[in-house]
Amino acid sequence: MTTLTHLDALESEAVHVMREVAAELERPVLLFSGGKDSIVLLRLAEKAFRPGGFPFPVMHVDTGHNFPEVLAFRDRRVAELGERLIVASVQESIDCGRVVEETGPRASRNRLQTTTLLDAIEEHGFDAAIGGARRDEERARAKERIFSFRDDFGQWEPRAQRPEVWDLYNGRIRRGEHVRVFPISNWTELDVWQYIAREGLEIPPIYFAHEREVFARDGMLYAASEHVELADGEEAFLASVRYRTVGDMTCTGAVPSEARTLTEVVHEIAASRVTERGQTRADDRFTEAAMEDRKRIGYF
Amino acid sequence: MQADPLDGTSELVRLVTCGSVDDGKSTLIGRLLYDTKQIFADQLEHVEETSRRRGDGYVNLALLTDGLRAEREQGITIDVAYRAFTTPRRRFQLADAPGHVQYTRNMVTGASTADLAIILVDARHGVVEQTRRHASISALLGIRHLLVAVNKMDLVGYDESRFRAVADALAELGARLEAPDMVAIPIAALHGDNVAERSEAMPWYDGPTLLEHLETVEIGGDRNLAEGRFPVQWVIRPMSAEHPDYRGYAGRVAGGVWRAGDEVVVLPSGRRSRVAAVETLDGPVAAAGPPMSVTIRLEDDLDVARGDMLAHAGAPPTVTRRLDATVCWMSERPLVPGARYAVKHTTRMVRAAVDEVVDRLDLETLEHLGGADRLELNDIGTVRLRLSGPLAVDAYRQSRATGCFIIVDEATNDTVGAGIVVEATPD
Ligand SMILES: Nc1nc2c(ncn2[C@@H]2O[C@H](COP(=O)(O)OP(=O)(O)O)[C@@H](O)[C@H]2O)c(=O)[nH]1
Repeated sequence: MTTLTHLDALESEAVHVMREVAAELERPVLLFSGGKDSIVLLRLAEKAFRPGGFPFPVMHVDTGHNFPEVLAFRDRRVAELGERLIVASVQESIDCGRVVEETGPRASRNRLQTTTLLDAIEEHGFDAAIGGARRDEERARAKERIFSFRDDFGQWEPRAQRPEVWDLYNGRIRRGEHVRVFPISNWTELDVWQYIAREGLEIPPIYFAHEREVFARDGMLYAASEHVELADGEEAFLASVRYRTVGDMTCTGAVPSEARTLTEVVHEIAASRVTERGQTRADDRFTEAAMEDRKRIGYF
Repeated sequence: MQADPLDGTSELVRLVTCGSVDDGKSTLIGRLLYDTKQIFADQLEHVEETSRRRGDGYVNLALLTDGLRAEREQGITIDVAYRAFTTPRRRFQLADAPGHVQYTRNMVTGASTADLAIILVDARHGVVEQTRRHASISALLGIRHLLVAVNKMDLVGYDESRFRAVADALAELGARLEAPDMVAIPIAALHGDNVAERSEAMPWYDGPTLLEHLETVEIGGDRNLAEGRFPVQWVIRPMSAEHPDYRGYAGRVAGGVWRAGDEVVVLPSGRRSRVAAVETLDGPVAAAGPPMSVTIRLEDDLDVARGDMLAHAGAPPTVTRRLDATVCWMSERPLVPGARYAVKHTTRMVRAAVDEVVDRLDLETLEHLGGADRLELNDIGTVRLRLSGPLAVDAYRQSRATGCFIIVDEATNDTVGAGIVVEATPD
């Protein structure tokens, strides 16, 4: 038998987690954003359940400010897999008055997603939401369980986490509660890229360097679009950029890059001196505990 | 650095770190992350800034590892944190178990999946009660490799005889625990001595640095390739036009090497068949060992469901309704004789009644304290459980994955205990 590589070991752990959720919970859902982490999740679900179908639907929380390239990719990928896609729309949450749209140049729909997600979980009666969060992303995540328990209000209570011993996950919940499950908790950003390369997975074109109209704000580059107002002194210009994460256009920063192939992208990332979040997520930079706060109220 | 960053072929090694408060565990982890270049500029900036604000007087690498707000405020760590770092050869996954309240519970959690335990000792204090606790929990949980980092060597003048004295005490402890592999390394985490860089202040030490040891310690042999064990997690039955009759048993190999043609027994039913194929998404594989997630098809159409175990017919596990187990209790509500719980073993859930607390263990002296009327939070003891249905178990020391279970309180749904099968006794 050949020796096990770290990707084999991580994959096997994640597939095991997927199958445990499917077996122990009644109505799981897999959250798919079209980003690289959730692309890996889809692959892992194939590994776990083929030649059968997925024992859960795939759901996207659409802020209405997503990159069109990513939405096109999302639809195509789910269709190729022959699985069912549910789109939960932040625009609808706004239209029906569940949330109020922020205004001004720094308006973002990122925070509104939480309500849309929790509403969708309730509407469909989901008791488990499988997500692609990783422990290397942020310090609060380093302590989160793979099966992360949420109360009736969707809240995470870091001090009351269930011990997670061996690979024996406890998926028991009461009505109205749900678990967030993170099969790739133990993966790093580099592991994800290596896996994408190994499996030959397609990713949306915005991960590769391309020409785009951007503007600079807080030391980062953002896409100029109909969804953002430029503040005084800000000006749009053309640059060769790529994205390290895929999210809401209004608060996901691009990095200047000439990397046009997967190998080039990964070389850039391996040499990078800034974390994925530090480089591309505006919302985390406001307060030190930003992430922990949002998680407590049910952010993914 | 890896020559080709896309080459995902390092070996994954799982570590747990433990130490009493102030032994320098956070500093060591921060140092490991820093020296292996896992720290990004924005993280370092953040740490520099926080160190300044706190008036630490130096860049406090320990700050790299502290997570939750409550912990930051109190300057302590309260929960197991998981981190990754890589070297050219290996990819490390580190479970950091904090060293005070909830201690045993956290340590058991971190240690349950570890290949190697790093135990911190303050060179000034040597082997203390906590050291014995850490080492015995590690040994109990079947960690084969113990690395004792004798830290703060700078505070004992980098003195060789001091280190030797600590190392001797450790060797004695290791012998008592029957630890198969225990090494002691003199370090100064704060200054980086013998962490990634060889210490110039300790020329008398000619062993490996801490990182060298982590990179070279042989762990491949720890996998259980002897007992063929495959708990069924999920039955794949597409019933589609393309696969009308496909029936595959999906799971993670818990032990042994699985190949087509293997003779198997399905437990607890005892029915027999042969492996028709071992498959993954990429098609059939010649062989699969632990911890691979695969799908196994059998030659015969048996009624196999989640919770059943496939085992190599030649050496099956013990099917029993009785467990004599060492249990680490993780709940504020004590375990008492007569109480009922749910037990999850591999992929099977049964109910269990506590017949007796046979024994309680003093983790500091390693003494058996005899029968008790309860196990309190963070206690470890031997418990006799009666089960509502049969489980196919092995002794933990023989087969980690099929010798462990968790105890769930059905009223709260909490995981309240972690159990290790001492002896697999048929009923
Ligand atoms: N002199 C000296 N001090 C150290 C060393 N390692 C850690 N310390 C100090 O010991 C104290 C406790 O360290 P910390 O890493 O927070 O301990 P933890 O509670 O085990 O995580 C801090 O003040 C550290 O700076 C060392 O090698 N030498």
